[in-house]
Amino acid sequence: MKNRIREIALDGTIRQNPTFRLVLGTCPTLAVTTTAFNSLGMGLAVTFVLICSNVIISLLRNVIPDRVRIPCFIVIIATFVTIVRMFMEAYIPDLYESLGVFLSLIVVNCIILGRAESYASHNPVGYSALDGLFMGLGFTVSITVMGIIRELLGSASLFGLKLWDANAFSIPFFTNAAGAFLTYGLLIAIFNVCYNAVDRKIKHNQHGKMLQSVETQTTAKEAE
Amino acid sequence: MDVLGIIIAALFAQNFVLVKFMGICPFLGVSKKPSAALGMGLAVTAVMVITCLVTYPIYVFVLLPLKLEYLEIIVFILIIAALVQMLEMILKKFSPGLYSALGIYLPLVTTNCAILGVAELVIEMTTVEEAHFVHRVFNTVAGGFTDYGMAMSLGEAVFSGLMYGLGFTLAIVLLAGLRQKVDKLNVAKPLRGFPMTMLTACFMAMAFYIFTLI
Repeated sequence: MKNRIREIALDGTIRQNPTFRLVLGTCPTLAVTTTAFNSLGMGLAVTFVLICSNVIISLLRNVIPDRVRIPCFIVIIATFVTIVRMFMEAYIPDLYESLGVFLSLIVVNCIILGRAESYASHNPVGYSALDGLFMGLGFTVSITVMGIIRELLGSASLFGLKLWDANAFSIPFFTNAAGAFLTYGLLIAIFNVCYNAVDRKIKHNQHGKMLQSVETQTTAKEAE
Repeated sequence: MDVLGIIIAALFAQNFVLVKFMGICPFLGVSKKPSAALGMGLAVTAVMVITCLVTYPIYVFVLLPLKLEYLEIIVFILIIAALVQMLEMILKKFSPGLYSALGIYLPLVTTNCAILGVAELVIEMTTVEEAHFVHRVFNTVAGGFTDYGMAMSLGEAVFSGLMYGLGFTLAIVLLAGLRQKVDKLNVAKPLRGFPMTMLTACFMAMAFYIFTLI
């Protein structure tokens, strides 16, 4: 059980990172990452919807008929998105204004429907909730990193705090649409380099272990 | 009705993909071949037009008078899912050729944020006038008349839906054309695939950025 939780956590945040590994939910990743604060808000909203929808879908997994499952999933997700939207409008109106239409568009975020379809619809409640939590965290951390980079370079501030004079050094290009594509493309490339290096290391280790076991076998045979 | 304004805004200055970031998933996923990209673009355009045609009256005549605006997301997404399903059935029955050409792309359209995005956008433009139409009807009936300024009519809503769809088609076909060359380039291994497509889109976005300055 502990092992399974570890697997879920690793899968959600690193091995199957929705933003950089699976390249899902690209629209909010590109659109709201102009500032770090917006990215964090978006990430937490998605995480909340993901956990709640995963739990409900997992509870109803034996009730929902297979043929109409997609509309059922979408209605459940839309309900939670409406809750998040009303909550934000009431308590964090600034964030509500700046996220704008993308708050409603969480409904069609492929990460949420994807997890409902591939995980929550045939796994028990506890694990589904954890899966939602870690997938959401993976998404949140990734887009916050992107938000930090774009805000730092584009407007010389971090979470709204002015770090240095924007006139002295800032590249407004990064707050534009084109800057979003560039940042995302380069980040995926950097992550690809890391993933490839780790893969090679794992393969190398396995290869080394195999050679060792072959050696021990041969030495054992020779001893006989 | 400012036809030229809507056309330029929807095709270039407010281009759905490259300026507003909606419908990025099909933009990256279905842009390997220009023919497939054109099919996806046309499917999206058709669904966008019908979505505007249906969601606008439902919002103005049903949700607003009943004060159920907060249900808009649930209602809209259900309408879109039902519309796509219906369109699929109608095409299958009356135009099997078109159906088989669009076949794979139609179901994908439901979870395309561009569709829900256009429905929300049209409604947003409408709510500025605070359901001008309903108010106007009530006010005329009551004898008074208040001017609620320029309003987005059903015709304009559907027309902008069509133009936003064509803007999406333009962007995805252009990217598919560029990718025919870019995918053949011999670039460093980590840059292959998504990163290279993103960089191509970056240059396209720069070109489209010019229009937002006008």
